Amino acid sequence: MYEILEKVAFSDVTTMLVVKAPEVARKAQAGEFVIVRIDDKGERIPLTIADFDREAGTITIILQEVGKSTLQMGAMQVGDAFANFVGPLGHATEIEKLGSVVCVGGGVGIAPIYPIARALKNGGNHVISIIGARDKDLLFWEDKMREASHELVVCTDDGSYGRKALVTAPLKEILEERGDEIKRVWAIGPGIMMKFVALTTEPFGVKTIVSLNTIMVDGTGMCGGCRVQLKEGAKFVCVDGPEFDAHQVDWELLLARQRFYEEEEQRALEHYRSLLQVETAQS
Amino acid sequence: MAELTIKERRQIQRHPMLAQEPAERRTNFSEVALGYRLEQAIAEANRCLSCKKPPCVAGCPVEVDIPDFIVALRNGDLDESLRILKSKNSLPAICGRVCPQETQCEIVCVLAKKAEPVAIGRLERFIADWDLERGAETPAVAAPTGRKVAIIGAGPAGLTCAADLAKAGHKVTVFEALHDPGGVLVYGIPEFRLPKDVVFAEVGCLERMGVEFVSDAVIGKLYTIDELLDEKGYDAVFIGSGAGLPSFLRVPGVNYNGVMSANEFLTRVNLMKGYQFPEYDTPVKVGRKVAVIGAGNVAMDAARSALRLGHLWAERTGGEPTVVHIVYRRSPAEVPARAEEVHHAGEEGVIFDFLTNPVELYGDENGNLCGMRCIRMELGEPDDSGRRRPIPIEGSEFDMDVDVVVVALGTSPNPLVFHNADELERTKWGTVKVVDETTGLTTKDRVWAGGDVVTGAATVISAMGAGKSAATDIHRFLMDSDR
Repeated sequence: MYEILEKVAFSDVTTMLVVKAPEVARKAQAGEFVIVRIDDKGERIPLTIADFDREAGTITIILQEVGKSTLQMGAMQVGDAFANFVGPLGHATEIEKLGSVVCVGGGVGIAPIYPIARALKNGGNHVISIIGARDKDLLFWEDKMREASHELVVCTDDGSYGRKALVTAPLKEILEERGDEIKRVWAIGPGIMMKFVALTTEPFGVKTIVSLNTIMVDGTGMCGGCRVQLKEGAKFVCVDGPEFDAHQVDWELLLARQRFYEEEEQRALEHYRSLLQVETAQS
Repeated sequence: MAELTIKERRQIQRHPMLAQEPAERRTNFSEVALGYRLEQAIAEANRCLSCKKPPCVAGCPVEVDIPDFIVALRNGDLDESLRILKSKNSLPAICGRVCPQETQCEIVCVLAKKAEPVAIGRLERFIADWDLERGAETPAVAAPTGRKVAIIGAGPAGLTCAADLAKAGHKVTVFEALHDPGGVLVYGIPEFRLPKDVVFAEVGCLERMGVEFVSDAVIGKLYTIDELLDEKGYDAVFIGSGAGLPSFLRVPGVNYNGVMSANEFLTRVNLMKGYQFPEYDTPVKVGRKVAVIGAGNVAMDAARSALRLGHLWAERTGGEPTVVHIVYRRSPAEVPARAEEVHHAGEEGVIFDFLTNPVELYGDENGNLCGMRCIRMELGEPDDSGRRRPIPIEGSEFDMDVDVVVVALGTSPNPLVFHNADELERTKWGTVKVVDETTGLTTKDRVWAGGDVVTGAATVISAMGAGKSAATDIHRFLMDSDR
């Protein structure tokens, strides 16, 4: 069992959990992910590593409560434990000294972009970061991102905090102003955001890396449910990724594949809510 | 009762095993074959001629003393029968269910020349189930040797290797990447053919023998093989990580929603209990018209699972049951699955399309699979495998209406485990190269391998045989005082 040592609610729907998993923490690197399972009936959920502390033996994950399993995880408390916590999985981010780089984090994607920005800064790069969310409530880790970056742009879709813009607007401006300086862009967020980041950077010819969060079961290359179509052929996100060249990805297919179980996800949510109602009625 | 004569034994007919009727069993995931009762088992055991040089023993990859356990059984000494069985086979309740006896021990049975062979597998299952029902006796283990062995993968090869090494007094740790032990026995083979409680009961027996199981341990990521040997202090490593990497169809449209590997489909259904969704969290797409590509045992398991899912869905919604096809490019004569599995699938209503090959998959505007173009095949001259090569018949294309396609075209070893294990040589097929086939010793010092990771996808019992031979050699190595 893997105990929750700390829990912070960033908003009504965004929660940070610090989980005791010393063996995973020993090996964890920026860019990798874990697969967690709440209990014996749980599904295997891939989550990107948001932070790790080798000495404390902990892994930090951040989740957005959108479906049955993430809602259930959000209701877990300090002292509760996950039945399973597998990792580190996938390839770590390749950290090189490139010069100036841009890190874009959207919504819950701010969490996994943080250790990458930090590693890039420690690796001697000039890090410009852009973080954005739908509104002020969904933003988090501005302070940590500021520390991990040389420059930081904060924006919200509705203008409730920072600049009123989608992350692609400041990104485009930066590329227009100093496109020659920018050696690489990293972007993590919802599929649709990553697609538009890819479209924004492509005309400038700046290599862009995205971290894909597809549907997975085992996370070790066994099922192939996570496959993504690149120009060079199909790849498995779990073992070949999760980071890929954004300009290689077939985004329409990726977005369609993420929707495959929408109907079932809805059913699972209804089932969970009905169980909660029974529980509330009984107590 | 006087001892039966050979002639009398030969006159007894093979006893059928109770089973759920096809119409009933295709609506549930409960076990199909229900096993012998004691009277049936003894009556079947009476058919064995107790040959002096029993060919059945030579036919068994783990060399179970078959006539001896059968004689003990018919004499009513079930304890002795179990002891004989378990001295060679640590997983008899599993083997009694999933071994292809008809091509191993039973095919060489002397009775098989003129009549049906002794139902060795059913007798094995009977004894093993009897033991599990009483809570399973823990086999004796030798005094601790102080030696430690790490086993990678809790599938048939690893479990067998672990059991034999534990019996010899070594401290054994089994590292499993998934959350439950069993490997293909829990993620691949469905509940209706091998109940998971049977697997966990056999694993429980190993735990009581002192074997430690570590789940969630992806070797290659969490620890490398070198770390196990150098930092974790293991004296030897056995790799039994199987063949977990799926092969996909090489046709356009293979990434549409609804096209999945048999590994994904079966893992969702079996390991994750998708057939009990939403009580269990993991969903599995219930197709209305399912095509399973391939005709091996995995294809049969997928087809029969799809059929059952469809019936459960129809029961819940009042809709029409799912139609399931097996699409295979060769003819019935070349089908690689066990005859019994093909027969069961047919009885349950699976439709077989032989000499048929997919050429393209179609998707709708949402990226969901909505059809499959196939071509008819004919058989030409024999190919490298000795089977007649299927050749497309020009102009014979036709469209099948499908919404789920399950690809069951084989698997190869997962390379994850080999991360940073450079001295470990592999073949061009991605399997581990062994320097000695009888022991499973690899090119890397103190590392053995066996099962599908060496042979490519094969059977449960051949993996167990490899686990057993490796255990013998690892034991020899560990006890060698000069090392």
